Amino acid sequence: MNKFWKVLVVAVALIPAVTFAGHHEGEAPKKELTKEEARTKNTEYVKHHTLDSHDFGLFTNEETGSHIGFPLPVILWEDGLHVFMSSSFHPEEGNEHGVAESNGKYFMIGHHDGQVYSCDEHGNILEDVSEDAEGNEVVSEIQPLDFSITKNVFSTILICLLLFFVFRSVAKSYASGLAPTGAAKFFEPIVLFIRDEIAIPNIGNDYKKYMNYLLTVFFFIWFLNLAGMTPLGINVTGNIAVTAGLAIFTFLITNLSAKKDYWMHIFWMPGVPIPMKIMLIPIELVGLVVKPFALMIRLYANMLAGHIVLGSLIAVVVYFDSYLAKGAFVGLTFFMNIIELLVAALQAYIFTMLTALYFGSAAAEHAHEEAH
Amino acid sequence: MDKLLDQFSFGLFFWQALLFIGLLLLLRKFAWKPILGAVNEREEKISESLDLAEKTKKEMETLQAQNENLLKEARAERDSMIKDAKETANKMVEEAKGKAKDEAEKVMTSARESINAEKAAAITELKTQVAAFSIEIAEKLVRGELSAADKQKALADKLAEDINMN
Repeated sequence: MNKFWKVLVVAVALIPAVTFAGHHEGEAPKKELTKEEARTKNTEYVKHHTLDSHDFGLFTNEETGSHIGFPLPVILWEDGLHVFMSSSFHPEEGNEHGVAESNGKYFMIGHHDGQVYSCDEHGNILEDVSEDAEGNEVVSEIQPLDFSITKNVFSTILICLLLFFVFRSVAKSYASGLAPTGAAKFFEPIVLFIRDEIAIPNIGNDYKKYMNYLLTVFFFIWFLNLAGMTPLGINVTGNIAVTAGLAIFTFLITNLSAKKDYWMHIFWMPGVPIPMKIMLIPIELVGLVVKPFALMIRLYANMLAGHIVLGSLIAVVVYFDSYLAKGAFVGLTFFMNIIELLVAALQAYIFTMLTALYFGSAAAEHAHEEAH
Repeated sequence: MDKLLDQFSFGLFFWQALLFIGLLLLLRKFAWKPILGAVNEREEKISESLDLAEKTKKEMETLQAQNENLLKEARAERDSMIKDAKETANKMVEEAKGKAKDEAEKVMTSARESINAEKAAAITELKTQVAAFSIEIAEKLVRGELSAADKQKALADKLAEDINMN
């Protein structure tokens, strides 16, 4: 375990924390903003921080307009594979728009959403004109398939490594004796909680085969939520693609491990008259999809909202001139941080809990005689 | 909703799914299996130990009862042994006393007998001696009497008188 921490510290220390100029270069360095402008700027700022990014930004100097952070690999597919570092997107002398060239193709970051667009060498985004069903012209900007190691992917990799080393060390600590030592003292009660309070009451006797998924999903979400609490501005679980992935896993495992009773309840609900049985089929089928969809939206919305609220409160601290108001909002931000810390664990718990509930309905094998 | 879909990054989805599956497989092998195994093992051990303690307690109780019984028996045996020993000792003393009495009586009897015998012998001896002395005296007397003729005649007369008188 110590070795891991040493490696991590060295790795972080060696990360090339390069300074690169941002999009704001060229603006007047010190310009008094009107209240309206400041509000818009803060809104953009908060929104920007909930989005994924191709750089790992650590710090922005508003006065010089420069960002400090490190570039991440960009992997694109557009008539072939394009791999380069995200530092190629940084605007510089002779490349004011930040156009990156790779194998004869040109790419740039869209300013409004931070996504990668295909463009020409002068920074004009390529557009695709097509006709919709009513014959109207639809102009869409061309985007390559983006498999980049973005900030979120990079954070996820770090958290996965952390999880792996933490829990491997927990597992190893049992080799010396069955009593928990070290990190196991902290994590064992949580593991037992998931087993005894989530898995067993909801799933029943079949809980063992689902434990791996439940434990992994709980700690994955919890650790990523906590990573979102750091000042690094990581917002992995507040991203719809991530929660969608997790919800799809829950959906797949539920339906692939489902027993006869589960399908009975969907296609031929026992205990109700036949017209009702037929009416219930579409409702149950919709429910099949709605359940994981709700899982996806719940986690995504909660984490995103938490980030926006915290970001807004911090912006408000800057926005006010009165030190009294600043102090009050610092206090409120602190309070919200505590709440968010709770929400981080709570959302992981809810996701795991509901997942276990769905698994339970799939694994249930109760002999009910037309009585429901 | 459009904005939501616009934000959906397929690349992020792909990487996240891949990383999650990798994490799931790694943790299953290196963490959850050993952790849950150890926890289960410990729980089994605890319940086993509790059972064993309960069993041992019961065993101890029966053992204690047995011990008490044994102790009681031993005490009873000891008492009976002491009693026996006392009886034997008394008997032996009695026997010895009886024997000694008998022996003493025997000795006394034989002593008395021998005394009587000696006495009888002494009396007989005395009688014999007295008789001898008497005869000697009578002889001497007779000799003196018979030394003179008249005396002989007187004696013979006397004897004859005695015989006649008889």
